[in-house]
Amino acid sequence: MALKPRGESGKTPDVTDHQPWSAETARAIIAANAGREGATLPILHALQETFGCVPEAAEPLVAEALNLSRAEIHGVVTFYHDFRRTPPGRHVLKLCRAEACQARGGDALAADVERGLGIPINSTSADGRVTFEAVYCLGLCASGPAIMIDGKLVARVDAGEGAARVVEACSR
Amino acid sequence: MTIRVFIPGDAGAVAVGADEVAAALAEEARAAGIDIAIIRTGSRGLFPLEPLLEVETPEGRIGYATVYPRDVKALVAAGMLAGAPHEKRIGRPEELPFFKRQTRLTFARCGITDPLSLDDYRAHGGMKGIERAVSLTGTAIIEELVASGLRGRGGAGFPTGIKWRTVAATAAPQKYVVCNADEGDSGTFADRMLMEGDPFALIEGMAIAGIAVGATRGYVYIRSEYPHAVAAMEKAVAIARGAGLLGHGIAGSAHAFDMEVRVGAGAYVCGEETSLLESLEGRRGIVRAKPPLPAISGLFGKPTVINNVLSLATVPFILAEGARAYADFGMGRSRGTMPIQLAGNVKNGGLFETAFGITLGELVDDVGGGTESGRPVRAVQVGGPLGAYFPRALFDTPFDYESFAARDGLIGHGGVVVFDDTVDMARQARFAMEFCAIESCGKCTPCRIGSTRGVETLDRVIAGRDVERNLAIVEDLCHTMKFGSLCALGGFTPYPVMSALTHFPDDFRRAPAREAAE
Ligand SMILES: Cc1cc2nc3c(=O)[nH]c(=O)nc-3n(C[C@H](O)[C@H](O)[C@H](O)COP(=O)(O)O)c2cc1C
Ligand code: SF4
Ligand code: FES
Repeated sequence: MALKPRGESGKTPDVTDHQPWSAETARAIIAANAGREGATLPILHALQETFGCVPEAAEPLVAEALNLSRAEIHGVVTFYHDFRRTPPGRHVLKLCRAEACQARGGDALAADVERGLGIPINSTSADGRVTFEAVYCLGLCASGPAIMIDGKLVARVDAGEGAARVVEACSR
Repeated sequence: MTIRVFIPGDAGAVAVGADEVAAALAEEARAAGIDIAIIRTGSRGLFPLEPLLEVETPEGRIGYATVYPRDVKALVAAGMLAGAPHEKRIGRPEELPFFKRQTRLTFARCGITDPLSLDDYRAHGGMKGIERAVSLTGTAIIEELVASGLRGRGGAGFPTGIKWRTVAATAAPQKYVVCNADEGDSGTFADRMLMEGDPFALIEGMAIAGIAVGATRGYVYIRSEYPHAVAAMEKAVAIARGAGLLGHGIAGSAHAFDMEVRVGAGAYVCGEETSLLESLEGRRGIVRAKPPLPAISGLFGKPTVINNVLSLATVPFILAEGARAYADFGMGRSRGTMPIQLAGNVKNGGLFETAFGITLGELVDDVGGGTESGRPVRAVQVGGPLGAYFPRALFDTPFDYESFAARDGLIGHGGVVVFDDTVDMARQARFAMEFCAIESCGKCTPCRIGSTRGVETLDRVIAGRDVERNLAIVEDLCHTMKFGSLCALGGFTPYPVMSALTHFPDDFRRAPAREAAE
């Protein structure tokens, strides 16, 4: 499965070529977005797109630019499931755990992938190879079980063979 | 002559290989020296057929279903590009019973046109709504909408025209139109399909809303789980702006309206309208107490129309064809059509737009064709994670707002999730509580704490510990959540839990009874 570049819209990407933290880069990102109405989420998405996460060091910079308290920004970053505090593994695997995928064998798939990767869902492998997360619906509910791997959607992923292919793709 | 081939760019097709099929076909045609143009459409909406490739022929568009990259070479050799017979050939897709039975008003173009071609959009009836709207007063537009009977498709079913009336009547220097594209319900994908397959319909609907209520700015708030929809909407907004459908003097009028796409950050509760507004403003998605209504004090405290994608995308049809043409469909107080989404363990999963009134049984057994696994249908969850589970005994329930409410259920955003007889309803009840605990915004104690207690208590039930006493606690918790929650996340989680308990009591009493451990 190929990696797919993303990021046209400031949405959070899962590609793995993140930059190391740089306050200077962060300031530039923040400045480019600070003039928008309700700029906080667009800024946080852009930061995560660049650094793979929203590190704590970014919070005072965002707060200052938007004239908000640091506590407020911290509250926002921690409220939303998308924002990470540390960079993810080289691969990011999101597996749908919602009802329509459950009805199509999602539980068995999740169990197989957990076994194959050797880590429970919502964790990152110790070698930093993969971050494995639950997601609640990808809008592919008539063709589940569905996953998103490094930003790419894959549907009709069955337990057994399908799970093995997913595990393989995350092991590269 | 160039042969036109249509391949969906819809996420549901891409996720099963449509991009690779398009690439393989382009390569194969080049090698064979055949001149083709590949047009990426939305999906027609019958997902077991994807990737569904269609070739334009004198007999119409001929479909070839479940075409994978490895099939392309043989299909081209067999004469697919001339519409030749093949085991994957399904004829004209619109002749399939699944499509023939539908009434497509909101989804008339989806799967047929090039989503990013305004010429295509116009040629298939687009822009007629706004052209009529600019010749009317705001009041006349709103009354047309009221007369159509259109009710919000996001879940609550509030009459759209009435909501717009309030915004129009509230004077303010700035008003907003916000489209709720958070579509978090499992089993739903109609908003996604519409944005990917016919984005101009949503833009046109939002512009009409702007004209009607006097709003000049709009936002589409799309969940981050929908990268394809985000990309499609961004492209469509840019094209619309370039063509004068957005900006100053829209559609040749004196009105101004422009809009922007915003992306959520993985919070189900942000689909709740006031939480969404908080999020758009840059804060945590904590639900606001109402009043004030968003229509009076919404985004940045300004009067705001907030509507679901499907509500807004239906507006152009109503303006173009008249309120009557829409209201003629439906039953009782549920007028028009509903884009129903058949999902989960169902054979014919996909988008089925039809007039209100079809029964749940017809939907699941006839249209859906029963389960994909071939086993008996045991339970159907209607209306997303906050919707009730229905047993077969209630399959005579007509699909409309009131009939579902009368049976302690809801139609919500129109998602229908089918489960076969391997489902364990105690686990589904537990999941409903777990989901509420994960997604609670934290404002109300019954929702935040009650859901966690619900998970623990149901775990004891599943383990067979003191079952009857613990089930009584679950019922009690449900009661507290139902009446002590500010929004429907905490307030409606009891629906799936209690319906599972009521209709499938045996599933909660499967474990060998044990003495209370505590
Ligand atoms: C927890 C929760 C989640 C919701 N999610 C959505 C959603 O994803 N999309 C949506 O349109 N409405 C959602 N709603 C309903 C909205 O609050 C609101 O009723 C809707 O946006 C109004 O638009 P409509 O009248 O066009 O349906 C949700 C409500 C609740 C309580
Ligand atoms: S019911 Fe739950 S999600 Fe809704 S406002 Fe209360 S705590 Fe928040
Ligand atoms: S429930 Fe898994 S994609 Fe919707």
